[in-house]
Amino acid sequence: MSFTEQHPEFLKAAGGPDWLGELRNAGIARFAELGFPTTRDEDWRFTDVSPIRQTAFTPAVPAGADVAGLLQGSGGSDWPGHHLVFVDGVFTPDQSAIGALPAGVRLGGLADILAATPELLQPHLGTGAAVNGNPFTALNTGFIRDGAAIFLGDDIDERVTVNLWYVSTGATANAVTQPRTLIVVGRNGNFTVTENYVGPGDACYLTNAVTEIILAENAVIDHTKMQLESETAYHIAAMHVHAARDSRFKSHAITTGGAITRNTIKAQLDDENIECTLNGLYLGHGRQLVDNHTCIEHAHPNCNSSEIYKGILDDKARGVFNGRIHVRQDAQKTDALQTNRALLLSDDARVNTKPELEIHADDVRCTHGATVGQLDEAGLFYLRSRGIDAETARGILTYAFACEAVTDIESQPVRDTIEQLLIGRYRQL
Amino acid sequence: MLEVKDLHAEVDCTPILKGVNLSVRPGEVHAIMGPNGSGKSTLAQVLAGHESFKVTGGSVAFDGKDLLTLAPEERAREGVFLAFQYPVEIPGVSNTYLLKAAVNAIRKHRNEDELDAIDFLKMFKSSMKLLDLDESLINRPVNEGFSGGEKKRNEVFQMMVLNPKLAILDEADSGLDIDAVKIVAKGVAQFRNDNNAVVIVTHYQRLLDYIEPDFVHVLYDGRIVRSGVKDLALELEEHGYDWLKNSDA
Repeated sequence: MSFTEQHPEFLKAAGGPDWLGELRNAGIARFAELGFPTTRDEDWRFTDVSPIRQTAFTPAVPAGADVAGLLQGSGGSDWPGHHLVFVDGVFTPDQSAIGALPAGVRLGGLADILAATPELLQPHLGTGAAVNGNPFTALNTGFIRDGAAIFLGDDIDERVTVNLWYVSTGATANAVTQPRTLIVVGRNGNFTVTENYVGPGDACYLTNAVTEIILAENAVIDHTKMQLESETAYHIAAMHVHAARDSRFKSHAITTGGAITRNTIKAQLDDENIECTLNGLYLGHGRQLVDNHTCIEHAHPNCNSSEIYKGILDDKARGVFNGRIHVRQDAQKTDALQTNRALLLSDDARVNTKPELEIHADDVRCTHGATVGQLDEAGLFYLRSRGIDAETARGILTYAFACEAVTDIESQPVRDTIEQLLIGRYRQL
Repeated sequence: MLEVKDLHAEVDCTPILKGVNLSVRPGEVHAIMGPNGSGKSTLAQVLAGHESFKVTGGSVAFDGKDLLTLAPEERAREGVFLAFQYPVEIPGVSNTYLLKAAVNAIRKHRNEDELDAIDFLKMFKSSMKLLDLDESLINRPVNEGFSGGEKKRNEVFQMMVLNPKLAILDEADSGLDIDAVKIVAKGVAQFRNDNNAVVIVTHYQRLLDYIEPDFVHVLYDGRIVRSGVKDLALELEEHGYDWLKNSDA
């Protein structure tokens, strides 16, 4: 059964307020209109999603799997902060660990908050991520049901730290989950969040995630996404960020799993004096395909954006990077920096990279650089001349290459976990 | 300890070394001088095993072993060390990490136990102090953001920690002010003993004011054209390398 065919039954089962029904209908209608993208679409030129189109996915049924084991394996189960765990797309309180919250903070499963206080969600859901563009975002909107909802009211002094764990058990064959994450941080708020996707070794499933993030004036968010899906799964994700005056948003997108991964990030700098950092690191081997599309909209003056994406591809892995920076006519004194570097460890690995700068203001500084290459020979010889064997030296340099993309992550424990992951993968001694 | 015989090497089919002979015994300090382009750095790099240079003839024996058949890391483990003229920056890898990896690779080769963190710290401290290196430097990424002087001193520091049998210093003083040159010399003085040897490759005689060589060799157009004791360095300083060219002819 196709997604469109599944939809009426989904609506009946999911229930909810009228406005949400309308939003879901708008989503599925848009998806029906667009269909799955093909490589004829400019935005999907290098990312062929036909394996997704050709698979008959069925809604995931939460299963009793070793969720704790999967979380342990991710290395993040002891990160500080509140932990919200979702099993096959459904919020699971007994796996979660939510401590005492400062006054003015509300967080939990989206379905629960929807049932209790739908008016909290109504102004935001679907406004951050409009359904008009990406077909997968439209599809997710059509099937909004659960996920995470986080609200920080204005003027909360304390920094709030939350970890979201989207766990796919793989219990249902060809299962699909479409988690929706909504994060609203009020004035002067300070929020650290990790958004993590994990799945067991060889499961085939589809995660189609949409995250909406809204920052009020002078709010600060540090967002880390760890995509540790099964390497036979498909992971499509869109993150839409709306930033208000004087706010700071940092994103660190780490991708290691997935047969096909597509991350779309769109950051809308809606006022002046905003700082936006989008960093990413993707590691591919086998026949993995990792696609990162980022877009930063500079709509007002005096905003800075900085972007460092790094990829390490081995075997027949493929990478795609498309970094769009749009500087509107009013956005004078924009300072935008974009770097993307890919390291190819085999002759068959490939990367398609495209900076896309569209600048309509004249008093701006926009720089971009892209490199694709092998390890530095001079560095290799230097390490070997110190007694380190060639293979280990390659590992050290590969690790070092990756590190630059994660040094900026605010949380030391999160950084440690990622560094351990990199060490395990590249720097065994 | 080191026997270089009729060594020929080329890069991209251009011959650079055209028959170098050099014999170094334990306890000795040798200086190899010569004008730019004479092949000094090439000699240093060939001895360390740089793969861009192709050895086309001759032999190099190190403690009786055929050095030329060994990979760079094997040479290092046998006790050859090259202080680079241009030390390489390695962002993301701390000095401590590099040194631990290097020391333990060498110790493993010698069937010695690996050192733990405390042993390392002890090992580092006195050398760092002697070289006037800030202790924070060992936790910084290798050579990244180091000043020129720090890079050179860091090379000498690595030499002291790795404690090789043969240390080759490639232009260890270039770009340094006189105080830094003295510090480098102090490190070398601390390092040397009757069982190891030092080969100093340098364009200028300046460093030799502070490290007295037992032998001075002049490399010119890929050959050692003259060898002598330390006075040869002074003569060179006085007359310049043109003097050699003329006296050759």
